[in-house]
Amino acid sequence: MDRRQFLKTSGALSFAIAMGSDGLRLMSEAEAATAQQVNTWVRIAPDGTVTILTAGAEMGQGSMTSLPLIVAEEMDADWSKVVLDWAPADPAVYGYKVRGEQSMAIVGSRAVQSYYSELRTAGAQVRKVLIANAAEKWAVDPKTLKTEPGFVVDGGGRKLSYGEIAALAKVPATLPAVDAADFKKKEDYKFIGKAIPRRDIPAKVNGTAQYALDVQLAGMVYATVRHAPVHGGAPESWNDAKVKSMKGVIGTVRLPDGVAIIADSLPHALAARRALEVKWNKGAAAGFDSERTLEETYAKVHADPAAKSQTLDTKGDPKAAFSSAAKTYKAEFRSDYGYHAQMEPMNAVARLNAAGDHVEVWEGTQDPGSSREAIAKALGFRPEQVTLHQCYMGGGFGRRTLGDYSSEAARIAKEAKRPVKLVWTREEDMQYGMFRPQSFQCLQAATDKDGKVTGWTHCVVGDGSFLLQTGIRIPYYQVPNQFIEMRGTSHGVRLKHWRAVGHVFNQFAIESFVDQMAADASIDPIAFRNERMAAIPRVRAVLEKVAQMSDWKAPRPEGRALGLSLSERSGSIGAGVAEVSLDKASGKIRVRKAWLAVDGGLVVQPDMARANIESGILYGLSSVLHERVTIKGGEVQQSNFHDYHLLRMSDIPESMQVEFVERDAPPSGLGEIGNPWVGAAVANAVYRLTGKRLTHMPFTPERVKQTLSA
Amino acid sequence: MVAFKLNGKPVSASSEDSTPLLWVIRDELKLTGTKFGCGAALCGACTVHVNGKAVRSCTTALGTLKGASVTTIEGLSPDSSHPLQKAWIAEQVPQCGYCQSGQIMKAAELLAANPKPSREQIVEHMDGNFCRCGTYHRIIAAIQRASKEA
Repeated sequence: MDRRQFLKTSGALSFAIAMGSDGLRLMSEAEAATAQQVNTWVRIAPDGTVTILTAGAEMGQGSMTSLPLIVAEEMDADWSKVVLDWAPADPAVYGYKVRGEQSMAIVGSRAVQSYYSELRTAGAQVRKVLIANAAEKWAVDPKTLKTEPGFVVDGGGRKLSYGEIAALAKVPATLPAVDAADFKKKEDYKFIGKAIPRRDIPAKVNGTAQYALDVQLAGMVYATVRHAPVHGGAPESWNDAKVKSMKGVIGTVRLPDGVAIIADSLPHALAARRALEVKWNKGAAAGFDSERTLEETYAKVHADPAAKSQTLDTKGDPKAAFSSAAKTYKAEFRSDYGYHAQMEPMNAVARLNAAGDHVEVWEGTQDPGSSREAIAKALGFRPEQVTLHQCYMGGGFGRRTLGDYSSEAARIAKEAKRPVKLVWTREEDMQYGMFRPQSFQCLQAATDKDGKVTGWTHCVVGDGSFLLQTGIRIPYYQVPNQFIEMRGTSHGVRLKHWRAVGHVFNQFAIESFVDQMAADASIDPIAFRNERMAAIPRVRAVLEKVAQMSDWKAPRPEGRALGLSLSERSGSIGAGVAEVSLDKASGKIRVRKAWLAVDGGLVVQPDMARANIESGILYGLSSVLHERVTIKGGEVQQSNFHDYHLLRMSDIPESMQVEFVERDAPPSGLGEIGNPWVGAAVANAVYRLTGKRLTHMPFTPERVKQTLSA
Repeated sequence: MVAFKLNGKPVSASSEDSTPLLWVIRDELKLTGTKFGCGAALCGACTVHVNGKAVRSCTTALGTLKGASVTTIEGLSPDSSHPLQKAWIAEQVPQCGYCQSGQIMKAAELLAANPKPSREQIVEHMDGNFCRCGTYHRIIAAIQRASKEA
């Protein structure tokens, strides 16, 4: 089909997006016809409807809306005429480049950061083509034309709607290049920096938003699963006859790491799961005791000169700094395993075609590309044999990037020879969770005769490799001599990214330790960071801002004190202050107020970003005060929300204030700047209240009481 | 077969009496706005009204509902016009959104009994409904807004 024919049959102006040698870019249909793996990105119908595909996997952070807004801004679309659709799971076309590969993973709070430049360019190209077409029709120089939302206009009152142009338009064989002059000026922005309502919200107040759990297919049956209670285990045998004799049970499926039950209804599958008795072989985590390991083993690994160490960062001559120090400091910190606790337990729906050589999967996933690959691998398919239907996610937080549960659904559907909805119980979701690793930290610092921090060492011990490392480097403090290392162990426990993951415990340790030195030197914590640790200008700016927001020097009501901490993640920098009270009898900590100043470069959607950061603060507070997974005999001890405690409404601060520091820079990540600071800020406030330092997260009432009586 | 009213319409469900209402309304009667969060009445994502009272549908047996009137998020209003739904949009409350049907149903119970709740009363009433995205401040603001505008 040639381009003209295509436009005629589709009745729309289509711009395709594809990978060129210069990365992601728009193509005309003529180019697209000769290119491989192209898909329509922006489509303008004659009635003026603009369809923009969104790669912003939506788990509540708003990027489903904020990414297409970037395209709409630069193409000068009328937002009321824009409809959104999910971008297909095809990273080669819809991905951004990361470490030399194309990825659609919406992780690390980097959706806007990763897609900004490409989407901006795409929008500007569409606008340029629309102007060129109007210019040709009017026989004028394109330079004399402008756009207003949804229209190309000339100086004399003539206007053509984007829909009218689409009906007659020609897309040039090569799409126009765009340069800096083609982009809108900041002061002309209509969407960026403004508060545009999220597109997913109306469907989330009336029950119509579709999560994978809500997908209903003709002839669909239900499945649930029991995984090895000891991670790494596999089923040897189970009471199959008994389970299969139960009401509604259709069959069982052996999975590499568990047993699935298929039934005519979910309650029947769940009843059979309760009756299921499995003999497991020994898993990798057999015998593991998380508390003993955290209390004893990690410190021994740290003290062992022969232990394997990986240097993460080194600068100057730390040994010399310590040997010539006027004073040295040392502190140890610990942090427990954490569970994502997204409200929607893992689930997916899968359907194979009659020939058994193609599968459709409905899943809420942070990484459609990886999911598609994982599903293909599980079935021995090529990715082209997998169609992935993206759904809303009932929370992600780093858990939903692997396609593990959707692969499971696909395997089960293949066995069942029917469409299957797989639903994990909450108990399964928790006990077969993938956790934020527990960790032990030892920090040491050297100061010179002027009290300046000249030497810094930080050792993190634990399991989880790269998960342990995030947030451990301190490029925002210009300490001349540094040695930062990781000493890895392995326990066979399933681990995963978890909203800022390593930042949670690393920044807790770093910022608690800095506060300890400031207190020892009797210097204000902000002044200490600026003067004694040579904080970089971006840090000074957020510190100054948060001091102003929180009225940092002002006295607090009786029984309350402030604690401060930096936050850093995905290119953004923050400084937070928490106002804390403590009931010494019960050991219960309350955060009364919270302030966070953030430097995130250009903030595309400030209200969405603020909501996301507030979410991070409460997610952080929940983990800091309550959340702990413990493992005994290799088995996770917690099973549901009665013994894995989440923050409730009655725990929230009476006020939270998030403000952005203006800086002329491209967007950086904001979804995870909200939580890494909370631990140290709370601990530092408790120190001001009691003179005691909390060094083990979470700060449960029992731990607080122990610390106070120590 | 258990006959009851669902969102004002008579329905009958053929699941066993012991079946949790949650799965009856989701899988048998195909209204999926009510969510599964914990299966143990711990999180509130499955909150619906039975005879005007907010209950956890994941632990409410079908057999207890003979002749009862059940309202789900789909039945709160036909067109998202309930003051709470309007306020939820105005305050841009939902993030992932998964708990919000339950939050709204729980809040609707409060406003029906107490049209002008204080902040403390709101917190006390809503305290058992978890929101993992931490939209609690906006939930409070939305309930206050609905209370004012209703």
